[in-house]
Amino acid sequence: MPDRTRDHPFPVTVEDVTDETPTVRTLTFSDDVMASARPGQFAMVWVPGSYELPMSVMVAPEEGRAAFTVRRHGPASTSLYNVNRGDRIGVRGPYGNSFDVRDGRLLLVGGGTGLVPLMRLASHASAGGSGSGGNHRITLVMGARTESEVFFEGMASGMLSACPGSRVVVCTDDGTRGTKGLVTDVVDNMLAADGAGSFDAVYTCGPEPMMYKVMQSAHKGGIFAQASLERVMKCGAGICGSCVAGPDVVCRDGTVFDADHLLHANPEFGHTYRDKSGVAARWPQS
Amino acid sequence: MTVVSDSPPLQTEIGPIRLERPAMLASGILGISMDIFESLYDAGAGAVVTKSLSSEPWDGYPNPTVVGLGNGGWINAVGLSNPGARNFAPMIRENSRVPVVVSMVGSVASEFVGMISEFSDCMVTAYELNMSCPHVEKVGLEVGDDPELVAGIVRAVKGTAADVPVAVKVGLGSSNYLDTVSAAADAGADAVTAINTIRSIAIDADAQTPILSHGYGGLSGTPIKPVALRCVYEIASSYEIPIMGCGGISTWEDAVEFILAGASAVQIGSALGGRDYGLFGEINRGIASYMERKGIASIGEMVGLAR
Repeated sequence: MPDRTRDHPFPVTVEDVTDETPTVRTLTFSDDVMASARPGQFAMVWVPGSYELPMSVMVAPEEGRAAFTVRRHGPASTSLYNVNRGDRIGVRGPYGNSFDVRDGRLLLVGGGTGLVPLMRLASHASAGGSGSGGNHRITLVMGARTESEVFFEGMASGMLSACPGSRVVVCTDDGTRGTKGLVTDVVDNMLAADGAGSFDAVYTCGPEPMMYKVMQSAHKGGIFAQASLERVMKCGAGICGSCVAGPDVVCRDGTVFDADHLLHANPEFGHTYRDKSGVAARWPQS
Repeated sequence: MTVVSDSPPLQTEIGPIRLERPAMLASGILGISMDIFESLYDAGAGAVVTKSLSSEPWDGYPNPTVVGLGNGGWINAVGLSNPGARNFAPMIRENSRVPVVVSMVGSVASEFVGMISEFSDCMVTAYELNMSCPHVEKVGLEVGDDPELVAGIVRAVKGTAADVPVAVKVGLGSSNYLDTVSAAADAGADAVTAINTIRSIAIDADAQTPILSHGYGGLSGTPIKPVALRCVYEIASSYEIPIMGCGGISTWEDAVEFILAGASAVQIGSALGGRDYGLFGEINRGIASYMERKGIASIGEMVGLAR
């Protein structure tokens, strides 16, 4: 086997497969390179003989391990979802930048598998890894349509128990678990009720219409905020241009961007994305 | 270092194509956003070449479409994904500042002619006809390997493109690429771009299968530089047609070598993997200081000096 290079698939063995919901699974493997990915970084994950897809690197509780959490919806994600314990997958990366983890009171807002980079962020922050001592109170808001689609709640609660004053807030569209309502409404109420001054930073990842609203709310309140974007990824290395969004090559310039940049300098954010051919398509409005 | 006011001028002429700087963005790279074209131009690119456009939008192949070899080499079979000429033209309609070379791909002359009509109200610096993509059927190399077909397409495009110069991008296929160059030149092409990626394959030893979904792909980056340089040298030795050199250029020294071999401009692509756009400025400055040291007054004076 050649020396490992960032841009070439490196074989790792899937050691654990955990069902999170009826359509979401976490695949855990041992790999020091992916285990040390920064919060928000992603890998290109190859199912040999089949598809390759971009996946945010999920945290694993054990040293030297990392994971991918995948929802099956299209052929590529389904091929990864169907990987079994003991199977080999190819990983390359990690790619992209990472969240700028501030000290203080952090609001994390995740929808669906968008929770993955936020779990890594929460793990990083609760371990004191901000680079400036680490003094965090974290509020993690997780949204799902219904109770059966809620995942990571227990893991998040355990992780945040290391940070006094932290909490997990679950909300579902139909009210079957936690607060009834949309994540964005819950966040708006939180910012309104607690006053904008009660958070030092907001981080979000999930459906783009959700992130757009969260970025607007935080930015209006004068709070430092960042979002992690998803686009069609091919090379991961800033060459092919398939992940372009306005002035940004998302794989290289992001995937994490400041609210100030997204709302004022990226006209595509929250409105359109490029399909596989590069034609602009509108996000469905939530 | 900065370019001082008495630095040799970097303006170059590739036949009728006049550029302020010789380092260009190659086709297939970062190609579908005017915002990014602006950034590249501001960073020093003399022109940008778009992704190859087809008559209709193409999704390309499923991932994996790109694999890095770790030695500056890449193999890709993106499959010419592009939004189609009709959807792309509006993206550059307002542009009057950045020199944009529109790359096109197709099987027959009428497709190219139809696409050109989409750009009638756009500023187009040149058309580059991709007759050398090594991984999509019925287009690219399958056209380039047929000199008669190339000649017919070039004549039709020249008849339609009015004053816009036309370049043909060639590559190493199953016939002698010099026959393609010859046919293009005889049919009135204003320039050639040499070379495209080289047909290749990446196999995963662990999984015992090709990595790219398409199997075959095109090799680009530093491993192909000596081959591309040979082609530029060979074309310049046999034909008068101006050349844009392309293939594995990642430093100003590479760029100088291509110009000395006979290229009037150089195109840069894979070297941008993991690099920022400042690479264009670096290459331009390196060429300028080389010219100063060697007492060369213009790019034109330097073209083909090694022959």
